[in-house]
Amino acid sequence: MNVGTAMRRKEDPRMITGRGRYTEDIQLPGMLYAAIVRSTEGHAAISSIDVSAAKERPGVVAVFTGADLAGDFASGLAMAWAPPGVEINTPENMPLQPSQVKHVGDPVAVVVATTRGAAFDAAEDVMVDYDPKPVVVDPVAALADGAPLVWESFGSNKTHEWGVSGGDIDAALADADVTITKRFVNHRTSGAPIEPRCSIAEPRGDGMTLYSTTQIPHIARFILGGMLGIPEDKLRVVAPDVGGGFGAKLQVYAEEALVLALAKRLGRPVKWTETRSEHMTTSHHGRDQIIEVTLGAKSDGTVTGCKADIIADLGAYQLLLTPFIPTLGFPVMGGCYKFPAIDIKITGVFTNKMCTDAIRGAGRPEATYWIELSMDKLADELGMDRLELRRKNFPDKEEFPFETALGIVYDSGDYHGTLDKLLEMFDLDEFRREQEELRGKGVYRGVGVSTWVEVCGLAPSRAVGPQGVGLQAAFYESASVRVTPTGSAIVYSGTSPHGQGIDTSFAQIAGDILGIDPQNVTVLHGDTDQGAWGWNTYGSRSLAVGGEALVRAARKVQDKAKRICAALLEASPDDIELTDGKYQVKGSPDKSMTMAEISGAAHIPPNELPADIEPGLEESSFYDPENFVFPFGAHACVVDVDAETGKVKVVRYVAVDDCGRAINPMLIEGQIHGGIAHAIGQALYEQVVYDEDGQLVTGTFVDYALPTAAEIPPFETDRTETPSPVNSLGVKGVGEAGTIAATPAVAAAVLDALEPLGVTELDIPMTPMRVWQAIQAAGGNGGGRAGTAEGGGA
Amino acid sequence: MSTSVHVEVTVNGELRHADIEPRTLLVQWLRDELGLTGTHVGCDTSNCGACTVHLNGESVKGCTVLAVQADGQEVTTIEGLGSADALHPLQEGFWEKHGVQCGFCTPGMIMAAADLLERNPNPSDEEIRHGLEGNLCRCTGYHNIVEAVKAAAGARQEVGS
Repeated sequence: MNVGTAMRRKEDPRMITGRGRYTEDIQLPGMLYAAIVRSTEGHAAISSIDVSAAKERPGVVAVFTGADLAGDFASGLAMAWAPPGVEINTPENMPLQPSQVKHVGDPVAVVVATTRGAAFDAAEDVMVDYDPKPVVVDPVAALADGAPLVWESFGSNKTHEWGVSGGDIDAALADADVTITKRFVNHRTSGAPIEPRCSIAEPRGDGMTLYSTTQIPHIARFILGGMLGIPEDKLRVVAPDVGGGFGAKLQVYAEEALVLALAKRLGRPVKWTETRSEHMTTSHHGRDQIIEVTLGAKSDGTVTGCKADIIADLGAYQLLLTPFIPTLGFPVMGGCYKFPAIDIKITGVFTNKMCTDAIRGAGRPEATYWIELSMDKLADELGMDRLELRRKNFPDKEEFPFETALGIVYDSGDYHGTLDKLLEMFDLDEFRREQEELRGKGVYRGVGVSTWVEVCGLAPSRAVGPQGVGLQAAFYESASVRVTPTGSAIVYSGTSPHGQGIDTSFAQIAGDILGIDPQNVTVLHGDTDQGAWGWNTYGSRSLAVGGEALVRAARKVQDKAKRICAALLEASPDDIELTDGKYQVKGSPDKSMTMAEISGAAHIPPNELPADIEPGLEESSFYDPENFVFPFGAHACVVDVDAETGKVKVVRYVAVDDCGRAINPMLIEGQIHGGIAHAIGQALYEQVVYDEDGQLVTGTFVDYALPTAAEIPPFETDRTETPSPVNSLGVKGVGEAGTIAATPAVAAAVLDALEPLGVTELDIPMTPMRVWQAIQAAGGNGGGRAGTAEGGGA
Repeated sequence: MSTSVHVEVTVNGELRHADIEPRTLLVQWLRDELGLTGTHVGCDTSNCGACTVHLNGESVKGCTVLAVQADGQEVTTIEGLGSADALHPLQEGFWEKHGVQCGFCTPGMIMAAADLLERNPNPSDEEIRHGLEGNLCRCTGYHNIVEAVKAAAGARQEVGS
């Protein structure tokens, strides 16, 4: 059995020797380089664009404006959500804006040259004359009467309203002995994979190949083919090694459409590589929600209801999933608790900023943040232990599958189990003694605990497709398994990984089912010319959906192998069993064949195969899950706050997670580690900041503070294993878990540390300036919200 | 600006001659002209360290050095550190300890760590974390990178003893 073992990765030999092949590494004969001229204004009409100087630069092949390319695209960039009964204001969004710009970085012209340097030089010579218009960057201000309009044609900055409810929220809150109301800000963040985006379009015959740093090659082909008028069979999209995604590459971007249009016009390959500043400006952002929460409970701690009013800043346009992301959090907007009534309202808002869309967790970290900190506040209000309140409202493991008030069915869980294990690893009583002692010495140490559940494994098509929540897509996954004549295997998966280790975990799964060494299984993906249609990688779906598709395809191969083996050994197929890599006749271990022998016979049979067995050994499967999967866990974070400087240091982090059955525990740990670090960044350091003129203040890694190794603690992790009943592997997703779990734990820890200093409210990111301001404000007037978004301080 | 300058640089042990535009960054020359694409570019501001290579045995960010500054000197990239048959202890460590996810920061991280171990063969966890703070990783949360460097330090000492 290879499944369940920490097999080291098949991907790594090329990565550690510098032989990975990322999009930017690809050089093609005759390739041209594109540089994009972008808006320097937050909101403006384009008065004129003068490209004459740029065109005269040496090495420049062509310069185009939005007006020049208007006829090259059948439509603008796509938005894929059409919820039944809800109108979403969706402006046209062309790859180059022809007449107006709506945020800093909006593309207005493109230069194509024979070298990178020539393209950059010429882009600086493109003269754009703007007629500035009023800018609105604050979503609350944008909703006010008389606010500057991002899109005058819609008459309002409100994009849409979407709601969901279950149970009688008014009765539930009226019935409560205690209610709390709290406002949260989930600030804007960047995905910031270390690999910037890059796209290369290469003409081939009457078609085109697009190499791109994408999480979604199939979806990109579908949408870009439509935009460019290229039939899908003529458009090949390849995602080579992709250097991290975190949702930022779950998009069909303007630049992908643009290089295709340029290569089509010029008949030569065209490459565009994003600078980091372009990433910060024009790769979609995440989060940016303001949430007003009311939670009610009986005096014994039984929660009666939860109401949330969410304002989501969507930026200036609607990209692929922009308006949907806040809604994606709704299935877990009751947390891991039995809330009998839940009422959610989401209002989308246009602002003169880059669009928000999916960033690691996408809707679920936002929800978990406000749920967990609201539970803390409710416990305090009730005078109840925070963990006791949680336990009081957990469904017991016997209650699964557990249906929430919103009609979502949590597949399996043991929430007490992960919390118990966390408390075995982290002695909370001992911590409180230590904390007290340290406070006496002027050291402000705090702990935060979050208990969380995630919805992932996107997705049952009936739940999220056109007839469900309204995405204009389906979310099954495909896999095919081909055994070569010499007995090695090639797996084609419709998923498209970018660091998850799918080459390894899928080889482990296929190896076990086929009876061959995983080292002899090659996993291919990310190329629309290979394998079947796929829905690609996001929403922690690869294993739970793509892995199950693989299981089904591999089992078909195994069945056929057994039939061939039975025919050749003159036994019944039912009597063939796979043991230790051998297909053998039950009870006759001397009568057996290896997969290599069987596959040899399938391809070059020594005798004719029986008439009912086709030659060859290749099968495929499409799998649409019956339900989502729901990982869960409990995290504890310990921080020290320097009261003099406001600096927060994470000194200990303990996490117990349950993502169902482990295929490769090493990969699970890696995903959890990375997720937690991402969340620590969100809680303490990272924030995309625009000033009031719509200028991006955090345009580089100098201003946008990605945590380094020095800011991140070592992690203490463990797992419980509660298999999911949804798929035969029993697996759940794990790619976003850490990001969902950790932000509230870190934030609660800082608030706990600051408690003796009188600080009770503080928004993330809890930067030194905000913490320091909060301490000063609390010391000055015994409370206050100086360290919040309203109080300033990035 | 288009005047080119002649340079002679020993790259991974091999003397390379080239006429290059003076503004060419070392990392651009390595990637675009020599095809050594293991060295990556992740930012414009020398923050991310994906472009880390060795110049005369010391780690430098290839985006902060002009190629002409390497004239007459020795450059080592990830491709020159070890091979698939003879991995460097750090390459072994990153593989064994799962210090790699998307792999994009990995070459720079390994080159920075190699320099760190040259200067400090037996670093503490804190020293590793501070020693690598010029290299960003978004995937691993750094935990397994620290483990990988520790494993490599141990392996080097075993070989040395």
